[in-house]
Amino acid sequence: MIYLDYSATTPVDSRVIDMMTPYFSASFGNPSSVHRYGQAAEAAVDSARETVATILNCRPDEVIFTSCGSESDNLAIRGAAYAMREKTGAKWILASHTEHPAVTKTLKHLEKYEGFLVEWLDVDAHGRVTPETVASAICSDTAIVSVMYANNEIGTINLIKEIAEVCHANGILFHTDAVQAAAYLPVNVQSLGVDMMSLGAHKFYGPKGVGALYVRKGTPLVSHLTGGGQEFNLRAGTQNVPYIVGFAEALRLANEEREQRTAHVQPLRDKIIGTILETIPDSRLTGDMGSRLPHHASFVFKNVDGNLLLTLLDAAGFACSSGSACKTGNPEPSEVMNAIGLSRDWGLGSLRVTLGKDTTSDDVASFIASLPGLVEKARKLGN
Amino acid sequence: MTKVVVAMSGGVDSSVAAALLKEQGYDVIGMMMRLWSEPGKEDSNRCCTPDSMGQARRVAAKLDIPFYVVDAKDVFRSTVVQYFLDGYARGETPNPCLACNRQIRWTFLLDHALALGAEFMATGHYVRIQKDEDGKVNLLRAVDRMKDQSYVLHVLTQEKLKHALFPVGDYPKPEIRAIAEKYGLPTASRKDSQDLCFLAGEDYRNFLQRNAAELLIPGKIVTRDGRDLGEHSGLANYTIGQRKGLGVASPVPLYVLGKNVVTNTLVVGTQEELGSFELSVRDVNWVGGEPPVGPFRAEVKIRYTAREAWAMVTPLQGGGAPMGSRQAQVRFDAPQRDITAGQAAVFFQGDLMLGGGIIQ
Repeated sequence: MIYLDYSATTPVDSRVIDMMTPYFSASFGNPSSVHRYGQAAEAAVDSARETVATILNCRPDEVIFTSCGSESDNLAIRGAAYAMREKTGAKWILASHTEHPAVTKTLKHLEKYEGFLVEWLDVDAHGRVTPETVASAICSDTAIVSVMYANNEIGTINLIKEIAEVCHANGILFHTDAVQAAAYLPVNVQSLGVDMMSLGAHKFYGPKGVGALYVRKGTPLVSHLTGGGQEFNLRAGTQNVPYIVGFAEALRLANEEREQRTAHVQPLRDKIIGTILETIPDSRLTGDMGSRLPHHASFVFKNVDGNLLLTLLDAAGFACSSGSACKTGNPEPSEVMNAIGLSRDWGLGSLRVTLGKDTTSDDVASFIASLPGLVEKARKLGN
Repeated sequence: MTKVVVAMSGGVDSSVAAALLKEQGYDVIGMMMRLWSEPGKEDSNRCCTPDSMGQARRVAAKLDIPFYVVDAKDVFRSTVVQYFLDGYARGETPNPCLACNRQIRWTFLLDHALALGAEFMATGHYVRIQKDEDGKVNLLRAVDRMKDQSYVLHVLTQEKLKHALFPVGDYPKPEIRAIAEKYGLPTASRKDSQDLCFLAGEDYRNFLQRNAAELLIPGKIVTRDGRDLGEHSGLANYTIGQRKGLGVASPVPLYVLGKNVVTNTLVVGTQEELGSFELSVRDVNWVGGEPPVGPFRAEVKIRYTAREAWAMVTPLQGGGAPMGSRQAQVRFDAPQRDITAGQAAVFFQGDLMLGGGIIQ
């Protein structure tokens, strides 16, 4: 099998596993305990926090560990929404149409059950939110703006720095979901100018089950998981020490090896894009070609059932994903496909191919050779 | 290794089929179709509730085989459900499982199986195949006569049968359940189900009321000699041979003899009038490609649950005639009651199922 779905998840790097292992049995203490077992565990978490803070270019007490990127999104958005409403009465939240469901679902909940109002920001044909769109939507009643750093489905990178500037010029909080972006893009929060940033380890060769939220000092935030006061009273629950250690190590490696990983995947990805658009009729690239994640290729094929294409690909030995796929055989084009203006006959046929640091050029050659035939099969079966 | 796709439903029969084939050394792939449910009743189609899909998935994981779901909603609606509605519109009692087997399972799904590189498709049907020396594939009744499903498979042609496998037909049902338990398959204690999948346990009349109310227009109930006896609530509400629910006062029990869609009348009569020696069959499929030289004697089943009855069968054209035009005439030794247009008449000689068609 050839794995080409690194945006879905990545294998845990052996160096990360090595760092994590001691904290399962050898040094298993609860970081909140007074005794030396606890001290050792706390030291591990502190060290991890410092590592992350160095990479993010922030203070350690601005790093909150969570269970995953989705939890970080939930904490950021709910937490800031409740806090700002309490502080200023603000009740509007702005977010793009192309956010991850961890953001959009959370916003819909806040609308339905908590009386907040959501304005969905339009995106261009590449899925990008312009700073101007944000500027015209912002008002004094806005609690928070959320725009993702890079899109998981179509790879487009947003103008985070510029949007952050617009928000701050108006005194509005700005959150970015950087879960996809962190694997390949710089995450210096001072350069980016964000107030909050979500991260998830399993996208950059760390384990599933741990994430982090950067929260700029002074950001009003109401905690989500309440209890024992861990994570500066912002996220209760005994810390998952080995996984937090793993998160930090994975992020450290991603930061250190960013250039070489990018240099490895980008040409392979470009080859895929170039060849596929040439060899498969009625195919389009989705997302911005220029400003996109270096490992990410996403296409739409007209009149193709995306779910069926994935089945054919899997049977042929290639693991990919699709924005429109559904494991229960009831596919619909994703919201992102709709937001970038694709009609249903295109939107149902989306395919995402994402590469990793261990993808070889043979893998890519094999994939490029097989895909045209499989797209044709899918088209035939669909008629 | 030879690839085979097993059409899985989450039920015990298709699960054991997959297990047996894996044991026999095949490269097994599990597939399930997402069928159609009425809008607003999504996931009520018994064949693909999230529950049954979850079951099938768990079985696949247990057997360590890949599992894929294929979207068949539209084609199911336009073939099987439409066939069902069209049958009632003609005053017949249709059996949509026949359309499903022919067009959905053994065309749509088979095409997908072959596209995945499989040489065969297998189902959990209780039926056996046997190849004779010339390579012709015969369909035989299952070892377990009570569970035999050769009736619904009379629509299969040689072309399709050369890609078919039916592993469970060689076993009696209790043994199939035992095999499921042996493999630790989660379906071991699931009950069998007989009703139409897309009705989800509901009475077909409610379905018609919602989807084809024009078939339920009241009209007259008459005897064969034209005497007016009362009113019926819509021809589709009745089936041939039905006694109860006629709402007609009569000294002797009355049975539904037939339906006239043109005049929208329901014809009823006494038990003596119910039986008939003859029926004619359209859209006949001969499994072997050609009918036996006719007229020939065979046991004929006129409903899935009916007992076979001896008859003389006369094919009216050769097997080479286009399917739509193939007909046959059947004359029973003893009169048969409840001969229902729209149901299938299927011909057997011993264990061999020769083929069948739709009763006119």
